[in-house]
Amino acid sequence: MIEVKTKIINNAGLHTRPAANIVKLASKYKCEFYLNKDGLHINGKSIIGVMTLAAEKGSEITLIFDGADEEAASKEILDYFNRGFDEL
Amino acid sequence: MKSDAENILKGIGAAPGISISQAFLYKKELEEIVNDEISDVEDALQNLNVALEKSKKELRKIFSLAVDKLGDKRAAIFEAQIMILDDPILVKTIEDRIRNEKRAPEFIVHDEISKYTDLMNLSHETYMRERSHDIEDIKNRIVRNLKKKKWKSRITSDVVVVTTSVTPSDTVLFSRVNVKGYVTDFGGLTSHAAIVARSLNIPAVVGLHDASNRIKDGDLLIIDGYKGEVILNPTEKQLGDYQKKIARLQKLDIELVKLKELPASTTDGVEIQLMANLELIDEVEVVNQNGAKGIGLVRTEQLFEEYEAFPDEEEQYKAYTKIAERIYPNNVVIRTFDIGGDKVLPVDLKEPNPFLGWRGIRLLLDNPQLFKSQIRAVLRASTHKNVKLMLPMIASIIEIKKSKEIISQCKEELKKEGRAFDKHMSLGIMIEIPSAAVLIKDFAEEVDFVSIGTNDLIQYLLAVDRGNEIVSGIYQEFHPAVVRTLHHIITGGKNAGASVSLCGEMAADPFAVPLLIGLGLDTISVSASAIPLIKKIIRNLSYKELKSLAEECLQFKSEKEINTRLHQFYNNKEKDQIKNLY
Repeated sequence: MIEVKTKIINNAGLHTRPAANIVKLASKYKCEFYLNKDGLHINGKSIIGVMTLAAEKGSEITLIFDGADEEAASKEILDYFNRGFDEL
Repeated sequence: MKSDAENILKGIGAAPGISISQAFLYKKELEEIVNDEISDVEDALQNLNVALEKSKKELRKIFSLAVDKLGDKRAAIFEAQIMILDDPILVKTIEDRIRNEKRAPEFIVHDEISKYTDLMNLSHETYMRERSHDIEDIKNRIVRNLKKKKWKSRITSDVVVVTTSVTPSDTVLFSRVNVKGYVTDFGGLTSHAAIVARSLNIPAVVGLHDASNRIKDGDLLIIDGYKGEVILNPTEKQLGDYQKKIARLQKLDIELVKLKELPASTTDGVEIQLMANLELIDEVEVVNQNGAKGIGLVRTEQLFEEYEAFPDEEEQYKAYTKIAERIYPNNVVIRTFDIGGDKVLPVDLKEPNPFLGWRGIRLLLDNPQLFKSQIRAVLRASTHKNVKLMLPMIASIIEIKKSKEIISQCKEELKKEGRAFDKHMSLGIMIEIPSAAVLIKDFAEEVDFVSIGTNDLIQYLLAVDRGNEIVSGIYQEFHPAVVRTLHHIITGGKNAGASVSLCGEMAADPFAVPLLIGLGLDTISVSASAIPLIKKIIRNLSYKELKSLAEECLQFKSEKEINTRLHQFYNNKEKDQIKNLY
């Protein structure tokens, strides 16, 4: 299991477009993927769940990966967060 | 005998025109959710599956239509809705619950998705609460399909849409069917229904409060977008009167088309520049068709209304360039974002008094990055030298000076980057705050042009919120203070060497036009669809007479005197068929 902390750095926060992209990325992998924000535990392969995370700029989110391809999944998804969802 | 007035509903005329059609009640009320026990689980699961597929099919249609009409970015929300229907976690949870609880799928779907919307509604972010409507929309769609109800908007006959309020996704659908008009309970002149109706050239009456309760599906309606009235199940006499009106209008329309290439000149040869206000990019075609002399106001905040994130410089540049190219060789005035704090970022900002709060230039000066991205985009779109920039909500000279400094910085940057722009791009300000009206001379010396925004000016001058029904009756455009302030601005601005124009609903009021021109205005900007009629009125008037009419009105001490005089003048002057329209 991999657990990493990350921050939302783009101005608009985790809005609909990045939410959809995160789910698309996560769906490519077999491992389980969860997002945790302020105690709210969300399945990262569920678009409706990720959309529910009210994550504005500056929010801290813990990403949790668990499964065979967790290494690759965490790398790609964390990278997308670090790029500010390509909105910087 | 029943009086005619009893069946007349009064609202705000948001888009001109008259039509007589059946009502199509577009109710977004929830389907009744019945918590029935079920015996056949497999059958229920099968129904769920069919409903999900059907919803997906509907949404794909809307999505491709939205991409065409609104562009990729604004269509993103529909794509996300489709993804929700495919959400493996959500669908599996719903299926498991149907199996375990043996309850009707509509109940489980409603209950499960409501968990998410409830969470979103708890959020402090206005943005999140708005997003929850999109999820609700999905929920209602699935439930409706589970009940195998027909998607109502498939009705293609010529109808007037009657509803509480119109959302962007509704308008995407309605744009396909031949809608004859919009009637809504809520909303003002800048509501979505109003904007779409004006750009499609169909009448709209908004702000009717309880129209969607009083009107039943299939009721016959006369909708009068000029007067802001809806006549419910008209009498023989009302029908006859309106049929005559429509016939006269059609005749007038033919005449108006002939005016397209002619100038808006008075009988004694004074030419008035008639420009159009623009809220949608696609409206540019309508602007040109109506013979406008350019665009006097682009409301950029409307242009980007449905963007989720704020548009960046490139997106703005593309949009502004498109407008500038399509309107060339005429000019376009682009007004910077006139928005409140809650719209900039998804931040929770509740101001007790938004109209007196952090909006317009105040917000832009506090967000230099945002301001700069817009100035740079407008400058870059100005290469054909037909673009002007205008600043909203100016109250103090320091705001003009600070803005000019930022504009110079942007020009320097663009020069360094080797990008082309119009070095002499005109700069103007809106005069819509009483302090700016008082100080017009000083302000006008700082800029190339000023534009009077009557909607806000009247509201601030008379301290009346025109959206507040309790006091909207004392929102009076012919209040002596308004007329004299307009006079002060027009003479002060001209004396300082700036050109003076007026944009706002007042310029589209046929009774106000003679007064405005008499006060010395030579440029007015109105909704594109109002241009031909205003032009016809102007071509019938003599400037000399208008001058003395204005002199007279400046002496009156009450709104009633001015109002009566202007109606009398209009009725005497416009002896042809225009007179009978109102």
